[in-house]
Amino acid sequence: MRGIRAGDRLLHIYTWLIIVWLSSPIAVMILFGFNDKKSKSNTTWQGFTLRWYSELFDISDLTTALWNSLVIALLSTIITVVIGTMLGLALGRHRFRGQGATNFLVFAAISTPELVMGASLLSLFVSGNVPRDGNTIIIAHVLFSLSFVVVTVRARVVTLDPSLEEAARDLGATAWGTFRQVTLPAIMPGVLAGGMLAFALSIDDYVVTSFVNGSTVTFPLWIVGAVKTGIPPQVNVMGTLIFCIGVLIAIGNAVAARRRS
Amino acid sequence: MRRLTPYLLALPSWMWLAIFLVVPMVAMASVSLQTGNAIDGFAMTFSFSNYSDALGRYSTQLVRSLIYGGLATVAMLVIGYPVAYFIAFKGGARKSMYLFLLLLPFFVSFVLRTISWNFLLSDNGILFGTLKGWGLLPDDFHVLATPFAVIAGLTYNFLPFMILPIYVALERVDPRVVEAAQDLYATRAAAFRRVVLPLSLPGVFAGVLMTFVPATADPINAAVLGGRSTTMIGNIIQTEYLTNLDYPTASALSFTLMAVLLVGIFIYARALGTENVLEAAAR
Repeated sequence: MRGIRAGDRLLHIYTWLIIVWLSSPIAVMILFGFNDKKSKSNTTWQGFTLRWYSELFDISDLTTALWNSLVIALLSTIITVVIGTMLGLALGRHRFRGQGATNFLVFAAISTPELVMGASLLSLFVSGNVPRDGNTIIIAHVLFSLSFVVVTVRARVVTLDPSLEEAARDLGATAWGTFRQVTLPAIMPGVLAGGMLAFALSIDDYVVTSFVNGSTVTFPLWIVGAVKTGIPPQVNVMGTLIFCIGVLIAIGNAVAARRRS
Repeated sequence: MRRLTPYLLALPSWMWLAIFLVVPMVAMASVSLQTGNAIDGFAMTFSFSNYSDALGRYSTQLVRSLIYGGLATVAMLVIGYPVAYFIAFKGGARKSMYLFLLLLPFFVSFVLRTISWNFLLSDNGILFGTLKGWGLLPDDFHVLATPFAVIAGLTYNFLPFMILPIYVALERVDPRVVEAAQDLYATRAAAFRRVVLPLSLPGVFAGVLMTFVPATADPINAAVLGGRSTTMIGNIIQTEYLTNLDYPTASALSFTLMAVLLVGIFIYARALGTENVLEAAAR
């Protein structure tokens, strides 16, 4: 018994070490948002300052890039959630011709390396002389997040009891009424989870975006472009703020879910 | 009307996937067989020389990418499995807290995380600079721009994608099955090897699939943490497409990369005894 307990304790410590390792770059990011750097380089600690928080939006093309990222993430999430939920419903609730092929297509979209997806989209746009801008970025982002929404919604639909919808129809609800009053609320957790995933994937994407962006710059693209000349502390501050907002939303979500159950 | 419903529901996604996934693949296949240049235009010549030419020039980087991606995947498996095991079997009421902490890095942009990792590893940075100051490391010690830095970065960035599927598989293992094995006089190690490990293999399969492909094709880690001698195929494809505008070579390289990855996954699935690759991965 003693050996077992020691082994478990070791595993416990090990798990925490991995968690610390995974979080360490976040700590660095937060810390260097307060670094009072004098030279161009922001890699050594030179004292504490709040300057970068007050000068957060002083680099105008960085602010534009962040704004572009937010708008693109929002629009592509809306499109993805609408059409992805529709396909998730079709796959989870109905039997139809081409279902197997559709499942394969959904899987293919998940397993294609981002690099190949971006490259092939660029091939299409080059062949068709399509100008690359915010629209082509949105097209690409919907493409790579679509399958994730479909899979999460389908998983939720499959667990939903069809007799609920039948009951609603028996009580005289229209098809649309049944969907709005019964089906949609029941699958909402899946839709929301899919939507959050799509938003996160979109706002974080560098690889696919780098192929289809044209002259439009997003937040990750701006950061990679600035690596050689040095990352300004404002990037760390924006990263810190996005991190805090994300964590707060996640915690709020978890608390709300616990209260509901 | 009711019989049409699934088709109407599926139609927008079908169109999106057909126009922006299937057609581009065909476009890329056709571009990979063209010759010409960005100024005079490209013409279809059905010459497979793009493939032999691209492979002749970049086989080093392709092989290097597969080695780096493979080593990072093995490292993730070795590092991640015990974590998944601990959370699934010993996590108790704190399971969701552990999972939340593992997912914490994802609230920070991938690119920004990699750059912070670069901060940590930089020669005179917060970690090594301090250690050098204390005289614990020689002054010429460096990690950045070495294969180790790139593989460590890949391991760091994709580790949660390895831990989560394994956790999901282990979480489904009924502890009573393990108890039964022990009642039948299996030692703890034997119970793990003969019962828990085989039951977790679908999770391992999913984890490897979710990490090996993106790690091998990732251009960011090599760009941020590597040097001239650690360039990966992702960087080459990006440069050929975006800087050199050599679309035929870049397309040929992209297809080669995808083919190699697919063959690799297929061999791995066979080795693991998974009958149907798609079915196992879709789960």
